[in-house]
Amino acid sequence: MSALSELYERIVADFPILQRQVHGRPLVYLDSAASSLTPRPVVAALVDFYEQHRANVHRGLHQLSAEATDLFEGSRDRIARFLHAPRREQIVFTRGCTSAINLVAQAWARPRLGPGDVVVLSELEHHANLVSWQIVCRQTGAKLRYLPLTAEGHWDLTELARVIRDDVKVVAVAHISNVLGGLNPVEAVVAQAHRVGAVCLVDAAQSVGHLPVDVQALGADFVCFSSHKMCGPTGLGVLYGKLERLEAMEPLEGGGDMIVHVDWEESTWNQVPYKFEAGTPPIAEAIGLRAACDYLDELGLATIREHTQALTEAAVLALEELPGVKVMGPKQGRVGPVAFTVEGVHPHDVATILDGEGVAVRAGHHCAQPLHARLGIPATARASFYLTNRASDVDRLVAAVTTVQKVFGHVR
Amino acid sequence: MFADLYQAIILEHYRNPSNVGLVEDGLQARNSHPSCGDKVLLSLRLDGQRISEAKFLGEGCSISQASLSMMTEAVTGQTVDEVKAVYQAFRRMLYGEEPNEELLGDMVALHGVSKFPARVPCATLGWETLALLLQLDDGSVGDDPSDQPCG
Repeated sequence: MSALSELYERIVADFPILQRQVHGRPLVYLDSAASSLTPRPVVAALVDFYEQHRANVHRGLHQLSAEATDLFEGSRDRIARFLHAPRREQIVFTRGCTSAINLVAQAWARPRLGPGDVVVLSELEHHANLVSWQIVCRQTGAKLRYLPLTAEGHWDLTELARVIRDDVKVVAVAHISNVLGGLNPVEAVVAQAHRVGAVCLVDAAQSVGHLPVDVQALGADFVCFSSHKMCGPTGLGVLYGKLERLEAMEPLEGGGDMIVHVDWEESTWNQVPYKFEAGTPPIAEAIGLRAACDYLDELGLATIREHTQALTEAAVLALEELPGVKVMGPKQGRVGPVAFTVEGVHPHDVATILDGEGVAVRAGHHCAQPLHARLGIPATARASFYLTNRASDVDRLVAAVTTVQKVFGHVR
Repeated sequence: MFADLYQAIILEHYRNPSNVGLVEDGLQARNSHPSCGDKVLLSLRLDGQRISEAKFLGEGCSISQASLSMMTEAVTGQTVDEVKAVYQAFRRMLYGEEPNEELLGDMVALHGVSKFPARVPCATLGWETLALLLQLDDGSVGDDPSDQPCG
Protein backbone atom coordinates (compact mmCIF):
# COMPACT_ATOMS: atom_id res chain seq x y z
CA MET A 1 0.00 0.00 0.00
CA SER A 2 0.98 3.59 -0.52
CA ALA A 3 3.02 5.81 1.79
CA LEU A 4 -0.13 7.75 2.63
CA SER A 5 -1.87 4.66 4.00
CA GLU A 6 0.72 4.57 6.76
CA LEU A 7 -0.24 8.13 7.63
CA TYR A 8 -3.93 7.34 8.01
CA GLU A 9 -3.88 7.93 11.78
CA ARG A 10 -2.59 11.41 11.12
CA ILE A 11 -5.15 12.04 8.37
CA VAL A 12 -7.97 11.05 10.73
CA ALA A 13 -6.61 13.42 13.36
CA ASP A 14 -6.40 16.23 10.78
CA PHE A 15 -9.93 15.65 9.46
CA PRO A 16 -12.19 15.26 12.52
CA ILE A 17 -15.21 14.81 10.25
CA LEU A 18 -13.84 11.37 9.37
CA GLN A 19 -14.77 10.25 12.88
CA ARG A 20 -18.42 11.12 12.31
CA GLN A 21 -21.19 8.59 12.22
CA VAL A 22 -23.80 8.86 9.48
CA HIS A 23 -27.07 6.97 10.00
CA GLY A 24 -25.33 5.02 12.74
CA ARG A 25 -22.36 3.95 10.59
CA PRO A 26 -18.83 5.37 10.43
CA LEU A 27 -18.70 7.84 7.53
CA VAL A 28 -17.01 6.83 4.30
CA TYR A 29 -16.71 10.04 2.31
CA LEU A 30 -16.57 9.30 -1.42
CA ASP A 31 -17.60 12.69 -2.78
CA SER A 32 -14.31 14.58 -2.90
CA ALA A 33 -14.74 15.25 -6.64
CA ALA A 34 -17.70 17.43 -5.69
CA SER A 35 -15.97 18.97 -2.68
CA SER A 36 -13.09 17.76 -0.55
CA LEU A 37 -13.07 17.70 3.24
CA THR A 38 -11.14 20.35 5.17
CA PRO A 39 -8.13 19.59 7.39
CA ARG A 40 -7.57 21.30 10.72
CA PRO A 41 -4.64 23.50 9.60
CA VAL A 42 -6.91 25.13 7.00
CA VAL A 43 -9.65 25.71 9.58
CA ALA A 44 -6.98 27.07 11.96
CA ALA A 45 -5.78 29.55 9.31
CA LEU A 46 -9.35 30.80 8.85
CA VAL A 47 -9.89 31.12 12.60
CA ASP A 48 -6.56 32.89 13.06
CA PHE A 49 -7.44 35.41 10.36
CA TYR A 50 -10.91 36.08 11.74
CA GLU A 51 -9.77 36.27 15.37
CA GLN A 52 -6.48 38.12 14.98
CA HIS A 53 -6.12 39.94 11.65
CA ARG A 54 -9.66 40.56 10.42
CA ALA A 55 -9.71 43.68 8.22
CA ASN A 56 -10.03 44.62 4.57
CA VAL A 57 -6.99 44.44 2.30
CA HIS A 58 -5.08 47.01 0.24
CA ARG A 59 -6.88 50.20 1.25
CA GLY A 60 -6.31 50.61 4.94
CA LEU A 61 -3.42 52.40 6.56
CA HIS A 62 -3.97 50.74 9.90
CA GLN A 63 -2.09 47.80 11.32
CA LEU A 64 -4.76 45.10 10.90
CA SER A 65 -5.29 46.01 7.26
CA ALA A 66 -1.56 45.77 6.66
CA GLU A 67 -1.51 42.33 8.30
CA ALA A 68 -4.53 41.16 6.29
CA THR A 69 -2.89 42.43 3.09
CA ASP A 70 0.35 40.61 3.89
CA LEU A 71 -1.50 37.37 4.57
CA PHE A 72 -3.68 37.72 1.46
CA GLU A 73 -0.86 38.65 -0.91
CA GLY A 74 1.34 36.03 0.70
CA SER A 75 -1.31 33.52 -0.36
CA ARG A 76 -0.92 34.66 -3.94
CA ASP A 77 2.83 34.03 -3.71
CA ARG A 78 2.23 30.64 -2.18
CA ILE A 79 -0.25 29.57 -4.86
CA ALA A 80 2.09 30.76 -7.62
CA ARG A 81 4.80 28.57 -6.09
CA PHE A 82 2.38 25.66 -5.72
CA LEU A 83 1.68 25.79 -9.47
CA HIS A 84 5.27 26.60 -10.49
CA ALA A 85 3.99 29.82 -12.05
CA PRO A 86 6.85 32.19 -12.95
CA ARG A 87 5.21 35.26 -11.40
CA ARG A 88 2.72 36.06 -8.65
CA GLU A 89 0.83 38.48 -10.95
CA GLN A 90 -0.32 35.47 -12.95
CA ILE A 91 -2.58 34.33 -10.12
CA VAL A 92 -6.07 35.84 -10.25
CA PHE A 93 -8.51 35.11 -7.44
CA THR A 94 -12.09 34.39 -8.54
CA ARG A 95 -15.26 33.05 -6.94
CA GLY A 96 -14.55 29.54 -8.20
CA CYS A 97 -13.30 27.51 -11.13
CA THR A 98 -16.55 28.21 -13.01
CA SER A 99 -16.07 31.92 -12.51
CA ALA A 100 -12.47 31.68 -13.76
CA ILE A 101 -13.58 29.92 -16.97
CA ASN A 102 -16.29 32.53 -17.50
CA LEU A 103 -13.72 35.29 -17.02
CA VAL A 104 -11.60 33.88 -19.85
CA ALA A 105 -14.66 33.26 -22.03
CA GLN A 106 -15.95 36.80 -21.59
CA ALA A 107 -12.79 38.87 -21.18
CA TRP A 108 -10.41 37.03 -23.48
CA ALA A 109 -12.55 35.20 -26.03
CA ARG A 110 -15.65 37.34 -26.52
CA PRO A 111 -13.92 40.41 -28.01
CA ARG A 112 -11.77 38.18 -30.24
CA LEU A 113 -14.34 35.72 -31.64
CA GLY A 114 -16.66 36.13 -34.60
CA PRO A 115 -18.58 34.12 -37.20
CA GLY A 116 -16.31 31.52 -38.80
CA ASP A 117 -14.26 31.07 -35.63
CA VAL A 118 -14.37 27.83 -33.68
CA VAL A 119 -14.06 26.96 -29.99
CA VAL A 120 -12.94 23.37 -29.36
CA LEU A 121 -14.03 21.43 -26.27
CA SER A 122 -13.84 17.71 -25.59
CA GLU A 123 -16.83 15.39 -25.16
CA LEU A 124 -16.12 14.86 -21.47
CA GLU A 125 -16.35 18.45 -20.24
CA HIS A 126 -18.13 19.59 -17.10
CA HIS A 127 -20.96 22.09 -17.72
CA ALA A 128 -18.69 24.84 -16.36
CA ASN A 129 -16.37 24.35 -19.32
CA LEU A 130 -19.21 23.87 -21.78
CA VAL A 131 -22.08 26.27 -21.08
CA SER A 132 -19.64 29.21 -20.63
CA TRP A 133 -18.48 28.62 -24.21
CA GLN A 134 -22.00 28.09 -25.54
CA ILE A 135 -22.81 31.55 -24.19
CA VAL A 136 -19.81 33.20 -25.83
CA CYS A 137 -20.57 31.41 -29.12
CA ARG A 138 -24.13 32.70 -29.01
CA GLN A 139 -22.80 36.21 -28.37
CA THR A 140 -20.21 36.18 -31.16
CA GLY A 141 -21.46 33.79 -33.85
CA ALA A 142 -18.51 31.43 -33.28
CA LYS A 143 -19.16 27.66 -33.36
CA LEU A 144 -18.32 24.78 -31.04
CA ARG A 145 -16.49 21.66 -32.16
CA TYR A 146 -15.79 18.62 -29.99
CA LEU A 147 -12.78 16.39 -29.61
CA PRO A 148 -14.43 12.93 -29.56
CA LEU A 149 -13.88 10.06 -27.13
CA THR A 150 -12.82 6.52 -27.90
CA ALA A 151 -14.95 3.60 -26.70
CA GLU A 152 -12.70 3.35 -23.60
CA GLY A 153 -13.37 6.98 -22.70
CA HIS A 154 -10.03 8.45 -23.75
CA TRP A 155 -9.67 11.42 -26.08
CA ASP A 156 -9.37 10.18 -29.64
CA LEU A 157 -6.02 11.79 -30.44
CA THR A 158 -6.14 10.49 -34.04
CA GLU A 159 -8.83 13.17 -34.53
CA LEU A 160 -6.69 15.95 -33.05
CA ALA A 161 -5.49 17.54 -36.32
CA ARG A 162 -8.97 17.32 -37.88
CA VAL A 163 -10.67 18.95 -34.88
CA ILE A 164 -8.06 21.56 -33.99
CA ARG A 165 -7.27 23.30 -37.29
CA ASP A 166 -6.80 26.84 -38.57
CA ASP A 167 -10.32 28.12 -37.81
CA VAL A 168 -9.91 27.32 -34.09
CA LYS A 169 -9.29 30.29 -31.80
CA VAL A 170 -9.83 28.71 -28.37
CA VAL A 171 -9.38 25.19 -27.02
CA ALA A 172 -10.74 24.46 -23.53
CA VAL A 173 -10.36 20.98 -22.01
CA ALA A 174 -10.39 19.19 -18.66
CA HIS A 175 -7.21 17.79 -17.12
CA ILE A 176 -9.23 15.02 -15.39
CA SER A 177 -12.88 14.27 -16.18
CA ASN A 178 -15.13 14.49 -13.13
CA VAL A 179 -17.00 11.41 -14.41
CA LEU A 180 -14.51 9.19 -16.25
CA GLY A 181 -11.61 9.95 -13.93
CA GLY A 182 -8.86 9.47 -16.51
CA LEU A 183 -5.85 11.77 -16.56
CA ASN A 184 -6.06 13.40 -19.99
CA PRO A 185 -3.01 14.01 -22.22
CA VAL A 186 -3.52 17.78 -22.21
CA GLU A 187 0.05 18.49 -23.33
CA ALA A 188 -0.76 17.06 -26.80
CA VAL A 189 -3.87 19.23 -27.05
CA VAL A 190 -2.02 22.36 -25.90
CA ALA A 191 0.69 21.72 -28.51
CA GLN A 192 -1.87 21.29 -31.31
CA ALA A 193 -3.76 24.42 -30.18
CA HIS A 194 -0.57 26.45 -30.31
CA ARG A 195 0.35 24.96 -33.69
CA VAL A 196 -2.80 26.54 -35.19
CA GLY A 197 -2.46 29.77 -33.19
CA ALA A 198 -5.28 29.09 -30.73
CA VAL A 199 -5.14 29.75 -27.00
CA CYS A 200 -5.67 26.81 -24.66
CA LEU A 201 -7.44 26.71 -21.31
CA VAL A 202 -7.10 23.71 -19.00
CA ASP A 203 -9.90 23.08 -16.49
CA ALA A 204 -7.79 21.61 -13.70
CA ALA A 205 -10.57 21.45 -11.08
CA GLN A 206 -9.99 17.71 -10.54
CA SER A 207 -6.21 17.74 -10.82
CA VAL A 208 -4.65 20.66 -8.91
CA GLY A 209 -4.06 19.47 -5.36
CA HIS A 210 -4.54 15.86 -6.43
CA LEU A 211 -1.27 15.44 -8.32
CA PRO A 212 1.74 17.61 -9.11
CA VAL A 213 0.68 20.28 -11.63
CA ASP A 214 3.35 22.48 -13.20
CA VAL A 215 1.63 25.16 -15.28
CA GLN A 216 4.81 25.90 -17.21
CA ALA A 217 5.21 22.26 -18.17
CA LEU A 218 1.54 22.08 -19.19
CA GLY A 219 2.16 25.08 -21.41
CA ALA A 220 -1.50 26.17 -21.39
CA ASP A 221 -2.40 29.84 -21.70
CA PHE A 222 -4.93 29.55 -18.86
CA VAL A 223 -5.34 27.03 -16.03
CA CYS A 224 -8.20 27.23 -13.57
CA PHE A 225 -9.31 25.35 -10.48
CA SER A 226 -11.32 25.61 -7.27
CA SER A 227 -10.03 25.87 -3.72
CA HIS A 228 -12.75 23.65 -2.27
CA LYS A 229 -11.72 20.57 -4.26
CA MET A 230 -8.18 20.66 -2.84
CA CYS A 231 -8.82 20.90 0.90
CA GLY A 232 -9.25 24.67 0.80
CA PRO A 233 -12.28 26.80 1.73
CA THR A 234 -15.37 27.19 -0.47
CA GLY A 235 -16.06 30.36 -2.46
CA LEU A 236 -12.64 30.73 -4.07
CA GLY A 237 -11.21 29.82 -7.43
CA VAL A 238 -7.95 30.58 -9.15
CA LEU A 239 -7.17 31.61 -12.70
CA TYR A 240 -3.56 31.25 -13.77
CA GLY A 241 -2.80 32.98 -17.06
CA LYS A 242 0.20 33.72 -19.20
CA LEU A 243 1.10 37.31 -18.44
CA GLU A 244 0.74 38.58 -22.01
CA ARG A 245 -2.76 37.06 -22.20
CA LEU A 246 -3.87 38.57 -18.90
CA GLU A 247 -2.44 41.95 -19.85
CA ALA A 248 -4.27 41.91 -23.18
CA MET A 249 -7.63 41.29 -21.46
CA GLU A 250 -10.05 44.03 -20.45
CA PRO A 251 -11.56 43.70 -16.98
CA LEU A 252 -14.95 42.00 -16.75
CA GLU A 253 -16.22 43.62 -13.57
CA GLY A 254 -15.81 47.22 -12.50
CA GLY A 255 -15.52 48.40 -8.92
CA GLY A 256 -13.12 49.19 -6.14
CA ASP A 257 -9.55 47.90 -6.15
CA MET A 258 -9.44 47.27 -9.91
CA ILE A 259 -8.73 50.91 -10.85
CA VAL A 260 -5.83 53.36 -10.69
CA HIS A 261 -7.77 56.55 -11.30
CA VAL A 262 -11.50 57.22 -11.59
CA ASP A 263 -12.94 60.31 -13.25
CA TRP A 264 -16.56 61.25 -13.98
CA GLU A 265 -16.43 59.77 -17.47
CA GLU A 266 -13.39 57.49 -17.66
CA SER A 267 -11.17 55.37 -15.45
CA THR A 268 -7.84 53.64 -15.82
CA TRP A 269 -7.33 50.04 -14.83
CA ASN A 270 -5.07 48.70 -12.17
CA GLN A 271 -2.38 46.20 -13.14
CA VAL A 272 -2.76 42.46 -13.54
CA PRO A 273 -4.08 40.67 -11.49
CA TYR A 274 -5.93 43.46 -9.63
CA LYS A 275 -7.87 44.66 -12.65
CA PHE A 276 -9.76 41.35 -12.50
CA GLU A 277 -10.46 41.52 -8.77
CA ALA A 278 -13.10 44.22 -8.38
CA GLY A 279 -14.45 44.67 -4.87
CA THR A 280 -13.32 43.03 -1.65
CA PRO A 281 -11.73 39.70 -2.59
CA PRO A 282 -12.26 36.38 -0.77
CA ILE A 283 -9.58 37.23 1.81
CA ALA A 284 -10.07 34.51 4.40
CA GLU A 285 -10.58 31.92 1.67
CA ALA A 286 -7.28 32.80 -0.01
CA ILE A 287 -5.51 32.57 3.35
CA GLY A 288 -7.15 29.19 3.89
CA LEU A 289 -6.05 27.99 0.47
CA ARG A 290 -2.50 28.92 1.34
CA ALA A 291 -2.73 26.62 4.35
CA ALA A 292 -4.14 23.91 2.09
CA CYS A 293 -1.13 24.26 -0.25
CA ASP A 294 1.19 23.88 2.75
CA TYR A 295 -0.74 20.83 3.93
CA LEU A 296 -0.75 19.11 0.53
CA ASP A 297 2.93 19.85 -0.09
CA GLU A 298 3.82 18.46 3.32
CA LEU A 299 2.10 15.16 2.47
CA GLY A 300 3.56 15.34 -1.02
CA LEU A 301 1.49 15.64 -4.20
CA ALA A 302 3.17 12.65 -5.83
CA THR A 303 2.30 10.58 -2.75
CA ILE A 304 -1.29 11.84 -2.78
CA ARG A 305 -1.64 10.97 -6.44
CA GLU A 306 -0.18 7.48 -5.99
CA HIS A 307 -2.54 6.86 -3.06
CA THR A 308 -5.64 8.21 -4.83
CA GLN A 309 -4.89 6.38 -8.05
CA ALA A 310 -4.35 3.06 -6.24
CA LEU A 311 -7.70 3.39 -4.43
CA THR A 312 -9.52 4.54 -7.58
CA GLU A 313 -8.24 1.65 -9.65
CA ALA A 314 -8.94 -0.84 -6.86
CA ALA A 315 -12.53 0.44 -6.70
CA VAL A 316 -12.92 0.10 -10.48
CA LEU A 317 -11.75 -3.52 -10.35
CA ALA A 318 -13.84 -4.45 -7.29
CA LEU A 319 -17.04 -2.86 -8.63
CA GLU A 320 -16.66 -4.48 -12.04
CA GLU A 321 -16.50 -7.87 -10.35
CA LEU A 322 -20.05 -7.42 -9.07
CA PRO A 323 -22.65 -8.80 -11.47
CA GLY A 324 -24.66 -6.07 -13.20
CA VAL A 325 -22.29 -3.27 -12.16
CA LYS A 326 -20.68 -1.26 -14.93
CA VAL A 327 -17.97 1.37 -14.45
CA MET A 328 -17.70 4.23 -16.95
CA GLY A 329 -14.36 5.18 -18.42
CA PRO A 330 -10.87 3.71 -18.50
CA LYS A 331 -9.65 0.98 -16.11
CA GLN A 332 -6.16 2.42 -15.69
CA GLY A 333 -4.65 5.87 -15.23
CA ARG A 334 -7.60 7.05 -13.15
CA VAL A 335 -7.29 9.55 -10.34
CA GLY A 336 -10.37 10.15 -8.20
CA PRO A 337 -13.82 9.66 -9.77
CA VAL A 338 -15.50 6.29 -10.41
CA ALA A 339 -18.92 6.66 -12.04
CA PHE A 340 -20.92 3.44 -12.24
CA THR A 341 -24.36 1.98 -12.86
CA VAL A 342 -26.11 -0.93 -11.15
CA GLU A 343 -28.36 -2.88 -13.51
CA GLY A 344 -32.04 -2.46 -12.71
CA VAL A 345 -31.47 0.23 -10.08
CA HIS A 346 -31.62 3.96 -10.71
CA PRO A 347 -28.49 5.85 -9.52
CA HIS A 348 -30.56 7.92 -7.08
CA ASP A 349 -31.74 4.75 -5.40
CA VAL A 350 -28.12 3.54 -5.31
CA ALA A 351 -27.01 6.79 -3.64
CA THR A 352 -29.84 6.75 -1.09
CA ILE A 353 -29.09 3.19 0.00
CA LEU A 354 -25.35 3.85 0.10
CA ASP A 355 -26.04 6.88 2.30
CA GLY A 356 -27.99 4.60 4.63
CA GLU A 357 -24.81 2.50 4.91
CA GLY A 358 -22.76 5.63 5.77
CA VAL A 359 -21.20 5.80 2.29
CA ALA A 360 -21.48 9.28 0.75
CA VAL A 361 -21.58 9.27 -3.06
CA ARG A 362 -23.19 11.48 -5.66
CA ALA A 363 -25.80 10.50 -8.25
CA GLY A 364 -27.02 12.24 -11.36
CA HIS A 365 -25.32 13.53 -14.46
CA HIS A 366 -22.57 15.27 -12.43
CA CYS A 367 -22.88 18.44 -14.52
CA ALA A 368 -21.86 16.46 -17.61
CA GLN A 369 -25.17 15.86 -19.36
CA PRO A 370 -23.80 15.68 -22.94
CA LEU A 371 -21.21 13.13 -21.78
CA HIS A 372 -23.96 10.97 -20.27
CA ALA A 373 -25.92 11.24 -23.52
CA ARG A 374 -22.77 10.11 -25.32
CA LEU A 375 -22.48 7.14 -22.94
CA GLY A 376 -26.16 6.38 -23.59
CA ILE A 377 -27.28 6.60 -19.94
CA PRO A 378 -29.27 9.31 -18.18
CA ALA A 379 -27.30 9.23 -14.95
CA THR A 380 -24.68 7.41 -12.91
CA ALA A 381 -23.69 7.02 -9.27
CA ARG A 382 -20.21 8.37 -8.60
CA ALA A 383 -17.74 7.49 -5.88
CA SER A 384 -14.64 9.67 -5.79
CA PHE A 385 -11.43 9.12 -3.86
CA TYR A 386 -8.82 11.42 -2.36
CA LEU A 387 -6.24 11.54 0.41
CA THR A 388 -9.03 11.20 3.02
CA ASN A 389 -9.76 7.63 1.92
CA ARG A 390 -8.17 4.29 2.70
CA ALA A 391 -8.33 0.76 1.33
CA SER A 392 -11.16 -0.32 3.63
CA ASP A 393 -13.35 2.41 2.07
CA VAL A 394 -13.31 0.41 -1.16
CA ASP A 395 -14.57 -2.63 0.79
CA ARG A 396 -17.31 -0.56 2.44
CA LEU A 397 -18.36 0.77 -0.99
CA VAL A 398 -18.52 -2.71 -2.48
CA ALA A 399 -20.46 -4.07 0.51
CA ALA A 400 -22.93 -1.19 0.27
CA VAL A 401 -23.46 -1.78 -3.47
CA THR A 402 -24.15 -5.43 -2.65
CA THR A 403 -26.79 -4.21 -0.17
CA VAL A 404 -28.34 -2.14 -2.98
CA GLN A 405 -28.63 -5.28 -5.06
CA LYS A 406 -30.17 -7.18 -2.13
CA VAL A 407 -32.79 -4.48 -1.50
CA PHE A 408 -33.71 -4.47 -5.18
CA GLY A 409 -33.54 -8.25 -5.44
CA HIS A 410 -30.97 -8.37 -8.18
CA VAL A 411 -28.42 -10.61 -6.53
CA ARG A 412 -28.09 -13.75 -8.60
CA MET B 1 -33.16 3.33 7.57
CA PHE B 2 -34.24 2.71 3.99
CA ALA B 3 -36.85 0.15 5.05
CA ASP B 4 -39.12 3.21 5.40
CA LEU B 5 -38.35 4.23 1.85
CA TYR B 6 -38.11 1.02 -0.11
CA GLN B 7 -41.21 -0.84 0.97
CA ALA B 8 -41.97 -4.06 -0.89
CA ILE B 9 -44.99 -2.56 -2.60
CA ILE B 10 -42.87 0.27 -4.05
CA LEU B 11 -40.29 -2.14 -5.41
CA GLU B 12 -43.08 -4.30 -6.82
CA HIS B 13 -44.55 -1.32 -8.71
CA TYR B 14 -41.05 -0.37 -9.89
CA ARG B 15 -40.36 -3.84 -11.29
CA ASN B 16 -43.83 -4.39 -12.74
CA PRO B 17 -45.44 -1.00 -13.26
CA SER B 18 -49.11 -0.71 -14.16
CA ASN B 19 -50.46 1.44 -16.99
CA VAL B 20 -47.28 1.78 -18.99
CA GLY B 21 -48.06 3.16 -22.43
CA LEU B 22 -49.81 5.95 -24.24
CA VAL B 23 -53.50 6.80 -24.41
CA GLU B 24 -54.00 7.53 -28.11
CA ASP B 25 -55.76 10.85 -28.74
CA GLY B 26 -55.83 11.55 -25.00
CA LEU B 27 -54.70 14.55 -23.00
CA GLN B 28 -50.91 14.52 -22.78
CA ALA B 29 -48.24 16.25 -20.74
CA ARG B 30 -44.50 15.83 -20.53
CA ASN B 31 -42.50 16.62 -17.43
CA SER B 32 -38.97 16.07 -16.22
CA HIS B 33 -36.55 16.80 -13.44
CA PRO B 34 -33.51 17.85 -15.44
CA SER B 35 -30.96 17.47 -12.67
CA CYS B 36 -31.75 13.80 -12.02
CA GLY B 37 -33.01 12.80 -15.46
CA ASP B 38 -36.45 11.58 -14.32
CA LYS B 39 -38.88 11.96 -17.22
CA VAL B 40 -42.51 11.22 -17.85
CA LEU B 41 -45.08 11.42 -20.62
CA LEU B 42 -48.48 11.18 -18.94
CA SER B 43 -51.59 10.67 -21.03
CA LEU B 44 -55.23 10.17 -20.07
CA ARG B 45 -58.74 10.07 -21.42
CA LEU B 46 -61.48 12.14 -19.85
CA ASP B 47 -65.08 11.09 -20.33
CA GLY B 48 -66.81 14.22 -19.16
CA GLN B 49 -65.35 14.81 -15.68
CA ARG B 50 -64.26 11.20 -15.20
CA ILE B 51 -60.82 9.74 -16.03
CA SER B 52 -61.48 6.56 -17.98
CA GLU B 53 -57.86 5.72 -18.80
CA ALA B 54 -54.44 6.91 -17.55
CA LYS B 55 -51.06 5.74 -18.83
CA PHE B 56 -47.46 6.81 -18.59
CA LEU B 57 -44.13 6.37 -20.28
CA GLY B 58 -41.40 7.13 -17.79
CA GLU B 59 -37.74 6.88 -17.01
CA GLY B 60 -36.29 7.33 -13.57
CA CYS B 61 -35.77 6.04 -10.07
CA SER B 62 -37.91 3.52 -8.20
CA ILE B 63 -39.74 6.22 -6.26
CA SER B 64 -40.76 8.25 -9.31
CA GLN B 65 -41.80 5.23 -11.36
CA ALA B 66 -43.65 3.44 -8.54
CA SER B 67 -45.45 6.68 -7.71
CA LEU B 68 -46.58 7.01 -11.34
CA SER B 69 -47.75 3.41 -11.42
CA MET B 70 -49.76 3.78 -8.20
CA MET B 71 -51.14 7.17 -9.21
CA THR B 72 -52.44 5.99 -12.58
CA GLU B 73 -54.09 3.00 -10.87
CA ALA B 74 -55.68 5.24 -8.25
CA VAL B 75 -57.09 7.91 -10.54
CA THR B 76 -58.58 5.63 -13.20
CA GLY B 77 -62.35 5.80 -12.85
CA GLN B 78 -62.28 8.88 -10.62
CA THR B 79 -63.75 12.30 -11.32
CA VAL B 80 -61.53 15.38 -11.46
CA ASP B 81 -62.88 16.52 -8.08
CA GLU B 82 -62.11 13.15 -6.51
CA VAL B 83 -58.61 13.23 -7.99
CA LYS B 84 -58.08 16.69 -6.55
CA ALA B 85 -58.86 15.43 -3.05
CA VAL B 86 -56.37 12.56 -3.46
CA TYR B 87 -53.74 14.96 -4.83
CA GLN B 88 -54.10 17.21 -1.81
CA ALA B 89 -53.94 14.23 0.56
CA PHE B 90 -50.79 13.02 -1.24
CA ARG B 91 -49.09 16.37 -0.89
CA ARG B 92 -50.00 16.65 2.77
CA MET B 93 -48.50 13.21 3.32
CA LEU B 94 -45.23 14.35 1.73
CA TYR B 95 -45.20 17.37 4.03
CA GLY B 96 -44.96 14.79 6.79
CA GLU B 97 -48.61 14.72 7.89
CA GLU B 98 -50.18 11.38 8.80
CA PRO B 99 -51.50 9.92 5.55
CA ASN B 100 -55.22 9.60 4.84
CA GLU B 101 -55.33 5.87 4.11
CA GLU B 102 -58.88 5.95 2.85
CA LEU B 103 -58.00 8.41 0.08
CA LEU B 104 -54.47 7.24 -0.64
CA GLY B 105 -54.70 3.43 -0.54
CA ASP B 106 -51.37 1.82 -1.58
CA MET B 107 -49.78 5.24 -1.96
CA VAL B 108 -49.34 5.43 1.82
CA ALA B 109 -46.24 3.33 1.12
CA LEU B 110 -44.69 6.57 -0.12
CA HIS B 111 -45.12 8.22 3.30
CA GLY B 112 -41.52 7.33 4.14
CA VAL B 113 -40.30 9.60 1.33
CA SER B 114 -41.23 12.63 3.45
CA LYS B 115 -38.20 11.83 5.64
CA PHE B 116 -35.89 12.13 2.61
CA PRO B 117 -36.22 15.72 1.38
CA ALA B 118 -33.95 15.07 -1.61
CA ARG B 119 -36.31 12.34 -2.80
CA VAL B 120 -39.64 14.18 -2.42
CA PRO B 121 -39.47 15.52 -6.00
CA CYS B 122 -39.20 11.92 -7.24
CA ALA B 123 -42.49 11.02 -5.57
CA THR B 124 -44.31 14.12 -6.80
CA LEU B 125 -43.18 14.04 -10.47
CA GLY B 126 -46.28 12.14 -11.61
CA TRP B 127 -48.70 14.13 -9.50
CA GLU B 128 -47.17 17.44 -10.61
CA THR B 129 -47.75 16.37 -14.19
CA LEU B 130 -51.33 15.31 -13.53
CA ALA B 131 -51.96 18.60 -11.72
CA LEU B 132 -50.75 20.50 -14.79
CA LEU B 133 -52.95 18.45 -17.06
CA LEU B 134 -56.10 18.83 -14.95
CA GLN B 135 -55.26 22.24 -13.45
CA LEU B 136 -55.60 20.86 -9.93
CA ASP B 137 -53.52 23.52 -8.18
CA ASP B 138 -55.61 26.07 -6.35
CA GLY B 139 -52.98 27.06 -3.81
CA SER B 140 -54.90 25.50 -0.92
CA VAL B 141 -52.05 23.21 0.19
CA GLY B 142 -49.31 25.81 0.05
CA ASP B 143 -46.08 25.51 -1.88
CA ASP B 144 -45.31 22.38 -3.77
CA PRO B 145 -43.27 20.15 -1.41
CA SER B 146 -41.02 19.33 -4.36
CA ASP B 147 -40.09 22.96 -5.00
CA GLN B 148 -36.43 22.40 -4.35
CA PRO B 149 -33.61 21.39 -6.63
CA CYS B 150 -33.21 17.65 -6.93
CA GLY B 151 -30.10 15.66 -7.79
